[in-house]
Order: sequence, then C-alpha cells, then structure tokens
Amino acid sequence: MARLNLLLLALLTVCALGLVTSQHKARKLFADLEREQARAKALNVEAGQLELETRTWALPSRIDKLARERLEMSTPDPRRVHILPVERAARSAEAR
Amino acid sequence: MKFAESPVLAPPLPLWRARMVLVLIAGALMTLIGRALYLQVLDYGFLQAKGESRYSRVLEVPANRGRILDRNGEALAISTPVKSIWAIPEDVVASRRDTDRLAAVLEMPGDEVRKRLAEDGRDFVFIKRQISPEVAERVAALGIAGIHQSEEYRRYYPNGDVTAHVLGFTDVDGHGQEGVELAYDGLLAGRAGSRRVIKDRRGEIVEDLEGNQPAQNGRDLVLALDSRIQSLAFRRLRDAVLQHRAKGGGIVVLDVRTGEVLALANLPTYNPNNRSQLSGSALRNRAVVDIFEPGSTLKPLTIAAALEAGKVTPNTRISTAPGSLTIGPATIRDAHRSTELTVAQVIQKSSNVGAAKIALMLPREELWDMFEHSGLGQEPDIGFPGEASGKVRPYKTWRPIEQATMSYGHGISVSLIQLARAYTMFARDGDLIPLSLVKLDSPPRGVRVISPETAHAVRAMLELATQVDGTGPRAQIMGYRVAGKTGTAHKPENGGYAPDKYFSSFVGFAPASHPRLIVAALVDEPTDGEYYGGTVAAPVFADVMAGALHILGVPPDAPMKPIELPRPGTEIRESV
Repeated sequence: MARLNLLLLALLTVCALGLVTSQHKARKLFADLEREQARAKALNVEAGQLELETRTWALPSRIDKLARERLEMSTPDPRRVHILPVERAARSAEAR
Repeated sequence: MKFAESPVLAPPLPLWRARMVLVLIAGALMTLIGRALYLQVLDYGFLQAKGESRYSRVLEVPANRGRILDRNGEALAISTPVKSIWAIPEDVVASRRDTDRLAAVLEMPGDEVRKRLAEDGRDFVFIKRQISPEVAERVAALGIAGIHQSEEYRRYYPNGDVTAHVLGFTDVDGHGQEGVELAYDGLLAGRAGSRRVIKDRRGEIVEDLEGNQPAQNGRDLVLALDSRIQSLAFRRLRDAVLQHRAKGGGIVVLDVRTGEVLALANLPTYNPNNRSQLSGSALRNRAVVDIFEPGSTLKPLTIAAALEAGKVTPNTRISTAPGSLTIGPATIRDAHRSTELTVAQVIQKSSNVGAAKIALMLPREELWDMFEHSGLGQEPDIGFPGEASGKVRPYKTWRPIEQATMSYGHGISVSLIQLARAYTMFARDGDLIPLSLVKLDSPPRGVRVISPETAHAVRAMLELATQVDGTGPRAQIMGYRVAGKTGTAHKPENGGYAPDKYFSSFVGFAPASHPRLIVAALVDEPTDGEYYGGTVAAPVFADVMAGALHILGVPPDAPMKPIELPRPGTEIRESV
C-alpha cells in the first residue's frame, strides 16, 4: 500500500512539473506571437508611409515638371506622330 | 471568600437567557453561512469578475480606414498612424522650464500649454493632436511626468488641392466630413474590435481570454478618377482662371462608354492636408452642388426636341431677320446678325432668335419633357453628398417668353455635371447614361431619350459649331474631330442679370466619329475683358481633351492638319 502511494506521489509530481513547463512554454510562445504581430503591424504602417512617399514623389504635376525642365522633354507635335493600328503593327511584327 | 460562594451568584439565572444567547449565536452563524453560500454558489460571477479585473484588460483594437484609390490603383487618400500628446493635469509634475521646453518641441506658445494643463475639473486633456512620430519621440525624450502619448490615425491626401473636392476630408477622429469620405464612410471606416487579455505585473500581455472581436478594417475604395487626367484638368483650369482673372471655375471629364467620372475639379480649392483651411466656401464642390444658368450650351437639347417631334430637319430654314424677336414686352437679340439660318446653323452660330423660334414651334410640354428626360431638374445621383438638382419650372407655369428664353438656357438652372451628363445622349446615339464616381466593372445600361438619327444629326451640328465659322473654333484639336457647344450667360444678380458678369462654358466630346470622352468646362466671372465661352472655356476644353485622349491612347480620327482659326475680327460672336 505504502509503495503504491509513493508511486502515485512520484507520478503526481512529474505531472505537476510537466504542467508548469508547458504553461511556461505556452506563455513564451504567446509572447513571441505578440512580438511578431506588433512587428507585422509596424511593417504595415511603414508600407503605408512608403506608399504615401512614393505617391508624393510621383505626383503627375511633379513628373510633368521634371520631364519638361530637367529632361527637356515635350509633347511631340501631332504631325510628327505616326499612329500604327494594332492589327497592322502585329502583322508587321509577324512578317519580320 | 471564594468566587463560587459569592452571594451575587446565588440567585439562579432564568434558563431563557442562556437559550437566547445560543439562538443569537446560531443566528449569526447562519447569516455568515448564508452569505458565504450566496457569494460562492449563487452569485459567484460577481467575485470572479472582481478578481479578474485585477489582471485582465479589455483592449480596443482600432480598425484601419480604407484607402481611396484612383482607377489605376494609385492611392489618393491613405491613413497612417500619428501620435497625440495628452495629459492628466493632476498628475503633471512640470516646472515652468519643462512646459516651455514642451511648448518649443510642439511649436506652440508656452502659455497655451500651461492653460491646457491648468484646466480644472478635467481629468484628460489633449495638448496637441496628430503630430509626426519624430516630434513625439522628442516629447518622450523630455521625460515630463504625467505627459502621455497615444496613437491615432491621420488621413493624408498626396494630391492635395487637385483632388480636394472629390475626396473631401475626415475630421480629427477619422469620420468622413465631406465628399467621397463622407458618402462612403460606412465602407471606408471599418469596425473597431476588442480583445480581452491577461496582463502580468510588468503590463505585458500573457494570454488571450475568450470573447475577442477582431477589428474589421475598412475596405479600399476604387474611384473612377484617373489621377493623370485629373491633374491635367485641374492645372489647365487653374491657368485659365488666373489668365482671365476669374472668380472660379469647374471642369468635368466623363467616359462616354461607362459614364465614369474621370476627372472633376473646381476652383477655388483648398489643401485637405492643412486642417486650418477646412472651412469656408472653397470647400464647395461647385461642379456638383452649385447651379448656374447654362446659356447656349442648352440649345442642342431644344433642337433635339424639335427634331424628335418632327417639327424641323437639320436643313429647315428659320428666318432670323431682323436679328431680334419681340415677345410681349421682351426682345431676344442675336449678336451675329443674319436673315435666315438652317437649323444646323442655329447651333453653329448660336442664334438665340433661331433657337427661340424653334422652341415656340413645340408644345411647352414637349420641351419640358426633353429637359426632364435629359436629367435636368433631378439629382444626377452619383452618390455625392449635397448634389444639386437644378431648377426646371413645371411647364404649366411657362409663359411664351419663358419658353423662348429657356430654349437658349436662361430661366433654367443646372449643375455642370448635369450638363455634361445631358450631352451623353448626343455622344451615345441617343441614350443617357447614369454617372459613377466609383470605378465600374461593366458599363451600366443607358436610357433611350432620343432616336439615334436625332443624336447623329445634333452631333453633326455640334461638329460644325467647332469649325472656323462656328462659335467655338478654339475647341479644335489637331488629329481629332471635335463636337461641342459654347455657352456665355449673364450671371443672375439681385433678381435680374448683371450686365458685366458672365459664366463662360464649353461642353463637348471627341473623337466625333466615335465619341470617347465628354469634357465640360466652366469659368465663373472672367474679368479681363474676354468672356465668350468660345474664347475663355473652349481652349480649356481643347487642351484637356487633347491631353486626355493622348493619355488614354485614343486613335486620331482626322488628318494631322494644323487647326484653322478665324482671322481676327471675323470670329462668330455668340449671342448672350
């Protein structure tokens, strides 16, 4: 009888320690998860800010100004534009 | 004497006293047991909640407001987190020097900061809202006790004043206040969620409890707007308003095939990123919420009604001699004298007398029907807050002179977007299409208003009007056939018309062989001497139309010949 009790006591102790360990692990994993989620959120925020920045740099009015002033581009005179209909362009590409 | 032998103890105590004490003690015990039973078994939730509240917290999970995108996926409005600085005045321990330093970082007067901190009876004050994360870090570095920070979302509009009127703006708490931000607030806002968590001694989250409600982020809204065309239209309109020293203006670009609004801009405008500017009349989206008397741009509707009724054909001759028409006490005049014009020439030369005579051939009911069916007098229903419906009086109250003046757009009011929409029936073989601010997956179905034959006939007349002997030759574009109509109208003032204030407008479409875009331009009160729609608004139309056709890659339908303008002095003056 006493031996059985001792065995059960040992078993109980092992179980209790196992519970403590797994609880601890769960908490640690949870903390990791939280951290990663916070990082995901921060990256999301940064993506938004970068998009905002991109849009500001790429404003049509700014592009227009840079193209005209720095690259000295201009809209071509319509008389110097040659329009190729899609079908004919495809056919000539095929022929080549 | 021994205690037990004391004579005081001698008289026997009555038995009931001992019993009563016993009953009282038992009663008290029962009360305690009862209370314990109540707390532990019957009402256990209360104590459990009390206990939980020591370590569990409910956190709010804010929802992101959706972005607003243009039709090509370029962001027009984005929310990004910023910091707000707040304090619990009672907790603040700060010397005068501290508050001065705080004020310097926040770029506000020191007294202002101290005033906010001194507000009595408030346990929470914002010191400054929506500051950049960099400034917030410098505030944190000051390390003043009782000054806290929290995260808020702020809305940014990269295009600023260019898209201001369409997008509108949100208030400081992120609720839509104007424009699309207000109209689609439900879709954009999303719903904040909540989480119940257990926090440890250090305030870190250890565990999620049940009952979490995830936040529903707002959805992105894709508008029909094309930011390249929008930018082009805005800049060209601004140039015209500056050049002609005008009070304001508006421009609308529509896709003929889908009814989508590709560009919509107004002047004066404002910068939605600057909160201090968000009031006053510059906020009004004039093209949608304001009405004006359109003048001659309405004549094509009159002609269409007459063609439809079979009263005239494009070649019917109308006598316009002697250049004026008297109805009762009023006289209608033509600026460009002529004796006889065909119906097509009435449009081309914009003759008021001709239009009035044609209108008077029709029963007033039929003219009214045409105005109603082309969407005048009704809200255009594009989903914008405060759309104007315009004014078309019931035909039963029309007198002949009013019927005559309405034929050329006086005594009737429309918004610019209504006018642009009415022209979809000429550009689209007779059907009127619903407009949309939001990008569409498939084109909606139009409503037949006039027959395709009538639409083609009016289109041909509008094309004549933009040629060298029409009123709008400056609307021409090299390489494209253009159709459109000028409008010049006196502004109503004090119940009459101001003799020297005008609305100059132009509405038209291109390429005329297969219309793709409608552009409606309006300049309000040009004051540099020029005021005809053909000289003020038509060039705006031409430049915006040419640029937009270019951007969309629409193939030309006319030879690349230099456009022909009338020699100075031979321009066809429009009747006003």
